[in-house]
Amino acid sequence: MQNTKNTTEFNSETLELVNKIIRRYPKGRQKSALLPVLHIAQSENSGWLSSEVMDYVASLLEIQPIEVYEVASFYSMFNLQPVGNCVIEVCQTGPCWLKGSEELLAHFEKKLGIKPGETTADGRFTIKTVECLAACGNAPVIQVGTEYHENMTNEKADELLSKWTAENKCSHTNPYL
Amino acid sequence: MAQQILLNNIEVPGLASFDVYRKLGGYTSVEKTLKNFTPDEVTAEVKKSGLRGRGGAGFPAGMKWGFIDKSTNNPRYFVCNFDESEPGTFKDRHIGQLNPHQLIEGMILGSYALGARTSYIYIRGELFYVLRIIEKAIEEAYANGFLGENILGSGYSLDLYCQPGGGAYICGEETALIESLEGKRGNPRIKPPFPAIVGLYDCPTVVNNVETISALPWIMNNGADAYSAIGIANSKGTKLISACGHINKPGIYEIELGLPVEEFIYSDQYCGGIRNGNKLKAVVAGGSSVPILPAELILKTAKGEPRLMSYESLAEGGFETGTMLGSGGFIVMDDTTCIVKNLLTFARFYHHESCGQCSPCREGTGWMEKILQRIEDGRGTMKDIDLLVGISKHIEGNTICPLGDAAAWPVASAVRHFRQEFEDHVKLQKCPLSK
Repeated sequence: MQNTKNTTEFNSETLELVNKIIRRYPKGRQKSALLPVLHIAQSENSGWLSSEVMDYVASLLEIQPIEVYEVASFYSMFNLQPVGNCVIEVCQTGPCWLKGSEELLAHFEKKLGIKPGETTADGRFTIKTVECLAACGNAPVIQVGTEYHENMTNEKADELLSKWTAENKCSHTNPYL
Repeated sequence: MAQQILLNNIEVPGLASFDVYRKLGGYTSVEKTLKNFTPDEVTAEVKKSGLRGRGGAGFPAGMKWGFIDKSTNNPRYFVCNFDESEPGTFKDRHIGQLNPHQLIEGMILGSYALGARTSYIYIRGELFYVLRIIEKAIEEAYANGFLGENILGSGYSLDLYCQPGGGAYICGEETALIESLEGKRGNPRIKPPFPAIVGLYDCPTVVNNVETISALPWIMNNGADAYSAIGIANSKGTKLISACGHINKPGIYEIELGLPVEEFIYSDQYCGGIRNGNKLKAVVAGGSSVPILPAELILKTAKGEPRLMSYESLAEGGFETGTMLGSGGFIVMDDTTCIVKNLLTFARFYHHESCGQCSPCREGTGWMEKILQRIEDGRGTMKDIDLLVGISKHIEGNTICPLGDAAAWPVASAVRHFRQEFEDHVKLQKCPLSK
């Protein structure tokens, strides 16, 4: 396991950011930094949290690994399985449904040949359904990384997919940067 | 044009930068307050203004501040609830991304009143791009002496930080938010003790919504009396309404409380009427959690009086014929909408978001989703309709936090007002509105 561990460790720049975040909380309350650090760790590990990564986060925050697992498995933004390079999150709650999110989701499914929760064979795209993204006035809405794409249409979806395919879009970037 | 307190400069280019905000009079309330008001006087002013919590509960903000335990030597915390996740609600994002300094200015005032030396803005993780905007604004506020040590030479010091959530609606419940801020699962705590006594890190804490906090600079600049002169009855001031669904002009509107609902829906100044000239069918007036009302009951109360956008008027008639102002998430449905299907999306939402602590909510939300799916698919029975209502009654009031109620009310109200549509699904063995 030694080799895996080396690759999960943050570089000095990321460690500096992590330490800056830890200092925002009182002494002895460094566990408060868990959610921010998990977001960073996930972005640095191709968009998902392996147990090695979670163990590393536990060691950084001086808490037990179980304290990380129970949190990572509670919050829907954390992926505990590998995902594609670009995760397309489609909102499906009422206000987006009223404005055609079902048709939009079906369009993405057809275009990519996958269902929600699945990844294309080339590892490029994953579709994930999500609940309300708080942008209901511009429904339907999708999220990719920290970007929102609003007032979506099938045409807009086609344009974005071509663009993302051409640029080999990666949605896993450090959300703080 | 209604008085604009929260959105008056929202269209000014570059408002998110300190310089532009400052030129428009930003941060003057901090200068004035730190010089002329004691912390208790600030609390008194907010109490007098009649400002109520804008996250959904509508609890008087000043009264909530008054509960904070100042008798211990423990630190006190002021926390901003920016976990905006209630379906239909998208007003806080608007403030956060376009006018972050107004929120920061409000955070300084609230922190000063409560005696907090460290404050946090807890923002839902999906809104990381807004978090970055706010963090940049916080940096500017430090650089200009409005945050940090000895603000404006007043002797008062404050540190302010942002914390992202991880994708969990439940963290909008204040004790779940506190748990999350401590790096834990978002499981709501049993109350009492309330956060004002035992909150973040077991210290006295007040949690307020973004919109509530953003109103503070105006109140301190213009006085409580000026604020309470706006509005109607115990609905003082202005409220942001985020309007969505089948209207011509979805968006965020700042209204003076007391505006007639009919004017809000049909006036070109606001929603601009129903799309394609369709007929209004139903409205969910305060975020997905509040009871749905059919067109006739949202426009007029059961007594035949015009329904107003206010805490009292929307609640007129109780849950039999009324609803709630809630978060101001105003979801409009035209006559092409299947009420069962819309409700199914809400039921799926609450099932997904239940934290799982309390059995009635953990199990009941899943049962309601399954039954609604079956009715929508044409596999339901007449008994299912009563079963749905029965389950909702067993959830309501039997959980630690209000998520259970929030899941139950939409179901009970949809069946109450649209029973015929549920029965039609059963009789036809399909959705009567499906294409």
